[in-house]
Amino acid sequence: MALEKIDFVLAGVGGQGTILASDILVEVGLEAGYDVKKSEVHGMAQRGGGVESQVRWGEKVYSATVEKGEVDFLLGFEMLEVARWIDFLKPGGDVIVNRYRIPPPPVNMGVAKYPDESEIQRLLLTRAGRLVWVGATDVARELGNAALSGVVLLGVLASDLGMEHDLWLGVIERLVPERFVALNREAFSRGTAIGAEMLV
Amino acid sequence: MKKLLSGNEAIGYGAYLAGCGYGVGYPGTPSTEILQSYSTYPGVHAEWATNEKVALDVATGISYAGERVFCTMKHVGLNVAADSLFSIVFTGPRGGLVVAVADDPGMHSSQNEQDTRQYGRFAKLPVVEPGDSAEGAEFMRAAFELSEQFKTPVIMRSVTRLSHSRTPLEVMDELVPLHAAHETVKYDRAPSQQIPLPMNARRMHREVEQKMLDISAWAEDCELNRIEPGGSRLGIVASGIAYQYAREVFPDATFLKLGLAYPLPNDLFHTLAGMVDQVVVVEELDPIYEHNIRLLGIPARGKDIFPLCGEFSTELVREHALAAGLIEARVPVSTSGAPIVINGLPEDAAAAVSGGAGDAGDTAGDGNGNGGGDLALLDPATLPGRPPMLCPGCAHRPIFYVLQRLRAMVFGDIGCYTLGAAPPLNATHTCGAMGAGIGVVHGTDLVGVKDRTVAVIGDSTFFHGGLPPLVNIAYNKGVSTVIVLDNRITAMTGHQANPGTGHTMMGEESPTVSIEAVARAFGFSKVDTLDPYDLDEVRRVLKDHLDSTEPSVVVARYNCVLQTKERNAAPHVDLELCNNCGTCLNIGCAPIINRGDHVEIDDILCNGCDYCVTVCPRDAIVSNRTDGGEE
Repeated sequence: MALEKIDFVLAGVGGQGTILASDILVEVGLEAGYDVKKSEVHGMAQRGGGVESQVRWGEKVYSATVEKGEVDFLLGFEMLEVARWIDFLKPGGDVIVNRYRIPPPPVNMGVAKYPDESEIQRLLLTRAGRLVWVGATDVARELGNAALSGVVLLGVLASDLGMEHDLWLGVIERLVPERFVALNREAFSRGTAIGAEMLV
Repeated sequence: MKKLLSGNEAIGYGAYLAGCGYGVGYPGTPSTEILQSYSTYPGVHAEWATNEKVALDVATGISYAGERVFCTMKHVGLNVAADSLFSIVFTGPRGGLVVAVADDPGMHSSQNEQDTRQYGRFAKLPVVEPGDSAEGAEFMRAAFELSEQFKTPVIMRSVTRLSHSRTPLEVMDELVPLHAAHETVKYDRAPSQQIPLPMNARRMHREVEQKMLDISAWAEDCELNRIEPGGSRLGIVASGIAYQYAREVFPDATFLKLGLAYPLPNDLFHTLAGMVDQVVVVEELDPIYEHNIRLLGIPARGKDIFPLCGEFSTELVREHALAAGLIEARVPVSTSGAPIVINGLPEDAAAAVSGGAGDAGDTAGDGNGNGGGDLALLDPATLPGRPPMLCPGCAHRPIFYVLQRLRAMVFGDIGCYTLGAAPPLNATHTCGAMGAGIGVVHGTDLVGVKDRTVAVIGDSTFFHGGLPPLVNIAYNKGVSTVIVLDNRITAMTGHQANPGTGHTMMGEESPTVSIEAVARAFGFSKVDTLDPYDLDEVRRVLKDHLDSTEPSVVVARYNCVLQTKERNAAPHVDLELCNNCGTCLNIGCAPIINRGDHVEIDDILCNGCDYCVTVCPRDAIVSNRTDGGEE
């Protein structure tokens, strides 16, 4: 049976760890037997600019970039950044969003307004079939390192996808420097626990 | 084993696979990682040259000495190297010579978008274009063979989406070291072939035109081009990344997939035209294939359907193909049932489902967008943007802040510090090609512009293109001031070493150039060095230089903190003292958050440079540094 295509977009702010999370997602897809492609744009804005990674799993993937209205899972590391990508979600797709806001420069300069959480939620629900809010940065801070929030979100995603957790943990162990493996495992488990609780 | 490599990594790997022992380049997004990847393979020699023209000249020497070599740069870098490129086309390489160039359609990190395939026709050399990482590696080998078979340099063209996409390919489990020639090599002298004096160059031109005809014939059945049979209604011509988009949109069409973007296979176009009712060309940027095909009398369509400017995507190709009637609209997916919201705001979920409004809570209006009450549905296109800005902890910020306070007219240049132009600093007023700012400031000063003109240039850009215009100021008795923002690394492209860094690309120690000594040697006697974080000193020295009629150079030196990984504890805000006067918000640092009646520092993004502590007029931002901070 042909593998069904699954498209992911991870959206956040530079420095939040979207790249590592998307690298993990790539390796998990490969191990699960998919053809996998990934796209990201870097260059300007090392820290503090908007960043996004696109990951595609499928039987045969041509373009490494996702198509508007076709994305299955939207992972938001920051509330405003996920809102920007909503048109890419397929109707009824899943959105997993970190309840965390980093006001962008125009907001700090007082020339724009950061949308309310309720406004963002309403926008996301124009397409989302399921919307999961996660305090991933809070959990990561509890674990002592805010940069772990991406792995918490991946834990929620793993539960949502219903895939074998060991597959993910194996990849995390391979990709993360040894001294951070235990922390990352813990962050992933906290994510899967949140996911399991929520997604029943 | 199967591995995901970026297009850039794959091209670097391909050079190694091809037995190419030398790589020379100049960093430039999106091309930079090609040479970085290559430099990690055993037995290779890689160098960052001071600019792209130097890189291609060095590569020419390696090729003349008989070795395979490749050269890397971004599209605008090829303009810098163009003089040398045209020259080596005429004289011809000895060892295979491939120039890997990455274009940036959509201008993610570039000042223009240009189509390097045009250099094929213009400079008269073959251009290969891979469509994914596997082809990136494979086409490198083909490019070297092509270069040696026809005695011509070859361009390997990539684009941002190929360079920065990770796609799978088979890589060797064990790497065998290359052995670059280290024994004494005797130069095979051939001045009639390597000096394009008119009497030689006239012959060379005829030879080059013949080579192009020969390669065009070779292209008809070379492994780089292929017809992928499909339906007979549509025949799609595409190469590179556009091929991938087109494959998604036209799954049933017949394809002519070009791997050789120049010269083009005329018979293959006729073959395709004979197989299908209609030929459509899907090419990003310029209509090169389309024009060629139409010259053959084949009524191909292309730019009347797809845009000339900007980057393509699958949905862009689909939208335009739909509008042109080439494909049918897809059946919209219908969703069943109400959306499920987990851990969200239940009232608003209900509001969304009913289509009504009703913003519960969040009505405090704290100046940070939590004002509540806006009942219209948000439009994703008009959400507040998050444009790139100088990184937290960047030592360029203090210089731009003071220049802004001094109301200086700043002639900028290319690098991280181009972001000095971004609001709220708004401290840079022009920017052109690499190194241009120093020439431009001299020009305006000649006319007599008196509003504190100054050129600002980074260290790598200074070594790249800043030296000739700097000596020009001294020689022509100019009055301009030039500030070199010296962070000791090529930071913008991800920290590549340069002549100020102290080591080579291969990690060997090398002499560091003193920019101050260079300026003095050029004839500048007013030369000062600054610590950017010393606010009073920066103010005093810059004011002195900008108001002086003597030509002068200021070197503002501080290592890039992302390179040195210097990081300190974030300061905190004393809420008793902060009245949100806005001073710290004017330095344009992302972690400083406006909370309406006070500011707050995001400790994840903050680098702990304490410049906001320095500028705060009320001492409301309190350092948490344990090293005593600046001074």
